[in-house]
Parts: sequence; C-alpha cells; structure tokens
Amino acid sequence: MAAIAPPRAGARRAPAPASPSRRRPFRLRASLVPWAFLAPALILFTLFKFVPMARAIEMGFYEVRPYLGDRWVGADNYRQVVTDDTFLAAIWHTVVLAVGQTAGSIVIGLVLALLVEGQARSLWFVRTAVFLPTVAAMAVVAEVWRILYYPAPDGAINSILGWVGIGPSQFLNSQDTSLWSVMAVGIWRGAPYDMMIFIAGLAGVDRTLYEASSVDGANGWRRLWHVTFPALRPVFAILFTLAAIRGMRVFTEIFLLTNGGPNGSTEVLMTLIYKLGLERNELGVAAAGSVVLLLATVVLTLAVQYARSRRADR
Amino acid sequence: MTASRHDTALGFADRPGPAARVARLVVYTALVLVFAGPLLALLVSSFGKVHDPSSLTIIPRDFTLDNFRAAIRQDVLRYLTNSFIVAGGGLLLQILVSISAAYALARKRFPGLRLVFLLILSTMMLPEEILAIPLSLVLADVPVVHVNLIGSLVGMIVPVGAWAFSILVMTEFMREIPVELEEAARLDGAGDLRIFWSVVMPLCRPALGVIGIFGFNMIWDQYMLPLLVAQDSAQFTLPLALRSLRADEQVGVGVVLAAALLALLPSVIAFLGFQRQFMRGLTSGAVKG
Repeated sequence: MAAIAPPRAGARRAPAPASPSRRRPFRLRASLVPWAFLAPALILFTLFKFVPMARAIEMGFYEVRPYLGDRWVGADNYRQVVTDDTFLAAIWHTVVLAVGQTAGSIVIGLVLALLVEGQARSLWFVRTAVFLPTVAAMAVVAEVWRILYYPAPDGAINSILGWVGIGPSQFLNSQDTSLWSVMAVGIWRGAPYDMMIFIAGLAGVDRTLYEASSVDGANGWRRLWHVTFPALRPVFAILFTLAAIRGMRVFTEIFLLTNGGPNGSTEVLMTLIYKLGLERNELGVAAAGSVVLLLATVVLTLAVQYARSRRADR
Repeated sequence: MTASRHDTALGFADRPGPAARVARLVVYTALVLVFAGPLLALLVSSFGKVHDPSSLTIIPRDFTLDNFRAAIRQDVLRYLTNSFIVAGGGLLLQILVSISAAYALARKRFPGLRLVFLLILSTMMLPEEILAIPLSLVLADVPVVHVNLIGSLVGMIVPVGAWAFSILVMTEFMREIPVELEEAARLDGAGDLRIFWSVVMPLCRPALGVIGIFGFNMIWDQYMLPLLVAQDSAQFTLPLALRSLRADEQVGVGVVLAAALLALLPSVIAFLGFQRQFMRGLTSGAVKG
C-alpha cells in the first residue's frame, strides 16, 4: 500500500494569499514561516531519501571497499548489471512478475468490481471480506501462503486441486511453478485493491448513459464496452502506473516465499541487489543495480504521465 | 429510487428472481472464500491443534490456546511490543510532520513552492526497497549528526516520519478550509503557530483519520526498513520475526500461525474501525490522479 498516486498533482490551484487586499512589506520573519513548517519533512526526506539516492548514484561508479578506500571503476558495475546472466535473469523475472501481476490484478479487480458493485448491505460485507488481503501485512500474507502451498498431497491448495483431479503441485518448491505461484499470491493481494479503485470509478459513471444505452437496445456486453470501460479509462491508467512501479521493486513476497529459489527461478532484481549488497558486500554492483531500477521507475512514471497528458490535450 | 436496473454496470435487477438469487449467493460465497478464506483459515487454525502445514483448516475443532502459549515462550509479545512502539512512534511523527508541511503547502505562497512540491512528489519513486543498500549505510551513520541508528527501534521510526502520500492528502484537505477563518484569527492578533494549532488543526480532524489509518497500515507493513535496522531478535518487529520463527526447526507451525494472526489482527481491526476514512483515502489518493 505504499505507493498511492499524488492527489491532483498536475492541476494544482494556487493557494489564496493570506491577505489579498493589502500587500505587506517584505519581512524576513514572515518569509521564513513556510520553511519552518516545511523543515521537518524536508530534513527527513533529505536524510532518508535524497542522500541515499545520491549515495547510490555515487557508489555505482566505485568498487566499495571498507577500510581500504573505494576504487573508481567507471561503468564496470553498470556493465555487469546489463550483461551478467544472473542480473539478466533477475530483470526478466522482475518484468514477467510485474506484467503478470499488474495485468492479473487489473482484470480480476475489474471483474470483482463489476460483481460487487451496488448499494445492498450484503454487498458491503462481500466487499469488506474480499478487501482483507490488501490490508494484511505482506509478511503475514507470505507466511500464510507458504502454508497453503505446502507441497504434500494433503497441503491446502493441493487438496483443493485434488477435488478437481489436478496435481499435486510442488508450487514454490519447483522451478517450473515457483514464479507462477508467487505471481498468484501477488494477484490475490493486488486484485482487491484494484477492485476498490474500480468501484470508486464505477460510482462516477453517468447513470443516464446506462438508461440511454438500454433504450437503444444495447445488450450488457455492448453497454460495458461502450459506456463503462471508456468512463474507467483514467482508472486503468492510474492502476497501471501504480502496479507497474510496485511490481518493479517487488521484494518482501519473494524474500519470504522463495528467497529467489529454487535454483534462481524467482530471483528478482531487489532480492539479488539485497544479497549482493548486504550478504556478499558487493556494494558497488548492488548500488548500480538500484540505480538501474530507479531509472526504470522514473522512466515508466514519466512515460505514463506523458501519455495521459497527451490524451487529455486531445 | 426508480430505474435501479441502471444503477450498476452489469444492470443487476433490484429484486432478483430465485434463480438469480441463488447464482449470486454462490458467486459471492466463492469470492469471500477465495479472498478471505486463507485469512479465516489462519484465524481458525491458530486456535486448533497444528502438527504440520497440512493441518490448516477453516473448520474449527479441538479449541486450544497452546499455540499462543508456545508463541509467548518464543518472545512473540516482545516482537508485538516492538511493532506497537514503531507503529505508534512512527505514526505520531508522521502525522505531525505531515500537517506541518501541509500547512505551508496549502496556506502559504512563497518562492520555491512548486519546487518543494515536486521534490515531495518525487520521493514516491524512492521507496525503501530501491534505496536499501545506501539507506543501510546512512542509517549506520546519519549525515551531519553522525548517529548510528542500526540496532535501535528509532531507526525504524524516524525514516517513516515523512511520507509523501500523507503530506499530499493533508495539503489537499487544508486547501478547502476557508481563508476567512484564518484572516479573522490574524486580525485578532494570532500568529502562525497559533492559527495552525487552534484554527486549522481542529478543522482537519476528518483528514487526520485518513492519514492515520493509511500511515498505520504503511508502517505496520514495513519490511525492508526493519530488516535493515534490526541487528538481533531484540529489535525484531512481529512481521520480521515470522521468518525466523518459521526457519527455526524447534518452533512448530502452530507458533508461526499464532504469531501471524497477532501480526494480522491490528491492521484488520484498524481497517474495520476506520473503514470510511480508508475508502476516502483510497479515492482521494488514486482516482483523482
């Protein structure tokens, strides 16, 4: 739940000046007031966001050697990130996971939203129950799913699969199924969040359009396609951005479900960076990996923003 | 309320026939089982006899508190306390920092305002995960003050103090407060601090609920930061402790279930208690874009 889009970032209104009628003469004290109120936030952001970011960029160019002094290695660390097989595999897994979880959550979230839209009290109960996975801490979700995925035939999910004659599956324990199993957990936790956003979006659809479309004889599917989905377009855009950004930095669920295994089949960028940096002390390479991840996030965010503003202009 | 068939995208009938009723009941039951079922299984199983992971069930039987007794012997209460200290301290700091920054962003006009706004927005692209490696170095030696926060709960509290989402939601809200109230107070001779504390703050109470519930969930869900800061189990938060409990051969699945339930409940209770504020935050945060 960490990443939430900024409220109306682009279209910010200028705040009303404190006294519009008579301009007070410039006073140092008065001009310092806003900065005093901003100081705590700016100091914390600087210390724990901007300084680490600058450090990451700097460290990416060095071989970091505690006690011996850092050695400048130019672009070597970056070269390793974009050519090394382990990194390439991790990048691939990250992309597959991000795309799969994003698409899966949006599609299932939309279906859920359509099913549970409405005013009835019973629907409120269903919505609340379905939303719970999103509220639970990721660590709890991961531990519960490890148990559900218990690979013995009498494990919870395997029992359910057994009723319909499938399995048993190894889930997290086999490199053929591990990535998909992790993805399913991500979708299970992500879809209800998307559902709630879609429901909010659905509430904004003009009801008279539904009426008009049924007067015109449109069936349910055409009405969804021509009235509902176009109205939800901004919601799709924002959900896509959020999920893609969240997908890139996926760490906790992998760390707890598989820790990259078996045999590297679920290793993503963040788990690899974590291992390199904090377990093998290759801080320079790890920092370069972080910078690549950061750049990807920035590019993706700006690209979506740009695409949206262009569409809004037209 | 007429023409309610036009109230939902799928055009559900207001008074469905028996067949439609049954169909919907089946669908809703399935949805609840798929999404809430695993958490319900956690709740039920942690109060039952658990031998191995296949003992997970959603049908209560053999009620026992053994799992919780064993969990307490594994220091789970200490982890829970740590989690509450971090969540309480972090949330208090986060709220104070957010309303203070929002006051400047929403009620003041000054050179650099746009730049500050952009900087705060940009921190949304800098989560703890991506910054993990340099952040661990910064935590070990905080610039300027040169304090080592590794191995101290303070290191999990201070970095979550500033959160862009909270600041932006609060700013949005404060802009809606009429200027007249502030002007009246200013004419009465109140200074900025006074106006902030006794005029703007009381009017922000609804928004406090929103950033409070979101902040709590955000801090409770923190994993990377505690992982970087904790040096040994004395500083573990409950989510962090789950992994080492599971990895310990001496500790059974029952203890993991009991600990996981204790880690789940606060966030679920907070969500159920502040549901209205939660939904407001979701929509103000995401849909307006």
